[in-house]
Amino acid sequence: MPLRKPPLYQAHLDAGAEFTDFGGWEMPVKFDGISTEHAAVRNSAGIFDVSHMSEVEISGADGAELMNRLTSNDVRELGGGDAQYACILNEDGVIIDDTVVYRYPDKEAYLFVPNAGHGTQMADRWSEHAHRLGLQVSVENRTEELGLVAVQGPDAIEIVDNRSADSITSLGRFSMVRTTVDGVDCLVARTGYTGEDGVEIFFDVDDSKPMWDAFGNVQRCGLGSRDTLRLEAGLLLSGQDFDPETEPRTPLEAKLGFVVDLSKPSFIGQDALEALEEDGVDEALVGLHLNERGIPRNGYEVTFGDESIGHVTSGTMSPTLSEPIALAYVDADKAEEGQSVEVTIRDNSIPATVVDHRFLNTLSDDE
Amino acid sequence: MTFEIPDDRRYAESHEWAKKTDAEGVVRIGITDFAQDELGDIVFAELPEVGDELSEGDEFGVIESIKAVSDIYSPVTGTVEDVNGEIIDQPELINDDPHESGWLVAVETESGIDHLLTASEYEEHI
Repeated sequence: MPLRKPPLYQAHLDAGAEFTDFGGWEMPVKFDGISTEHAAVRNSAGIFDVSHMSEVEISGADGAELMNRLTSNDVRELGGGDAQYACILNEDGVIIDDTVVYRYPDKEAYLFVPNAGHGTQMADRWSEHAHRLGLQVSVENRTEELGLVAVQGPDAIEIVDNRSADSITSLGRFSMVRTTVDGVDCLVARTGYTGEDGVEIFFDVDDSKPMWDAFGNVQRCGLGSRDTLRLEAGLLLSGQDFDPETEPRTPLEAKLGFVVDLSKPSFIGQDALEALEEDGVDEALVGLHLNERGIPRNGYEVTFGDESIGHVTSGTMSPTLSEPIALAYVDADKAEEGQSVEVTIRDNSIPATVVDHRFLNTLSDDE
Repeated sequence: MTFEIPDDRRYAESHEWAKKTDAEGVVRIGITDFAQDELGDIVFAELPEVGDELSEGDEFGVIESIKAVSDIYSPVTGTVEDVNGEIIDQPELINDDPHESGWLVAVETESGIDHLLTASEYEEHI
């Protein structure tokens, strides 16, 4: 299948970006170097083109019921303009994808954002279940129509506020408002995937260029720094830290239990998770900190002496901490913080310590 | 994008350079400006030890950037005579100054470097 190009492809090319295939999209991986872009977001601000993310809109009288059936969190908690993080599960309680669910501030509908390449699959899933349950719901895959950029970093709110018709400084975390930015109609949501304060902005895809150009003096950032930023914050990457085929994990193993509401009405995966909560998990996600030189990478084995106890799913040299860090799944009895383990790197056994998987807790008021 | 390709040394197609030193039969080896740019921010280098035997065309170490792991190949056959300890602590030197302070190893070799690409031949290659 040919790669899809984002609407801003030419602008990125002109800016000297390097590209990578991500979820079927040819997206910028870096503009000025991963370290430079990473530091900009931690210290001031950066802007990301994340138009490869999927958007699915759910409206109709039974919209809330369907959303609650197919996501792990309880959408009844959402007032107009509120958002929540959730998992999309199969019957076994295994994560198919993760998403942010937004309740529109200005109409009775939900917008949820599956990962790149998942839009059609999720729209089909929602339609099938609506049909099966006889629910009055309209499902619309809006991935092609909507652009999405993320402005992230400690200065992001001020930067966006200076360009928006309505003040966004009082916008709460996980809240969304409709306004205009540099004259472009948009939805501004105080969400993101970097562990920093900031917003994500949804707009008509035809307005991609004016929206991007409105932030002309903000550091352009690619998916490379997005990956190192999210990893430092302990945010999981769909398709890598969990994947129904290659890394089948439940939210309880992935330390995402906080977005599973077992008390709400029946949802897909609920029975499996209730049983698992009763029995306990065999393996759990942990953060690892390497105690010697080396870079942990996806797939590397984690050992305890001669015993294989798990594997790394994401790892990098943390640009902020200047230390090698990783996310890994290990046997539950080796998942306590402070536990000594080893990571096998090219036949060498490198000592490592289990640590909080949120390596940087820059948004401490977050869940 | 233009890359520095100094003509005081020779090059391998796998993007390493080799340069004669003042010591008889000893050449310094590093990676090219093109190679460091392709890799991006370099964060780790795994190098051989003094006394290790290297064979032309064989991998002798690993350089890792944030995103990629890359093997490095020896442009000559010989014995490691010196290792650049600075880049163990400061691997970013390979990005900043690939042809001078970012050198990797010095190798004592009988083969010389004349079999390798000249600067203009390497420029054609990249």
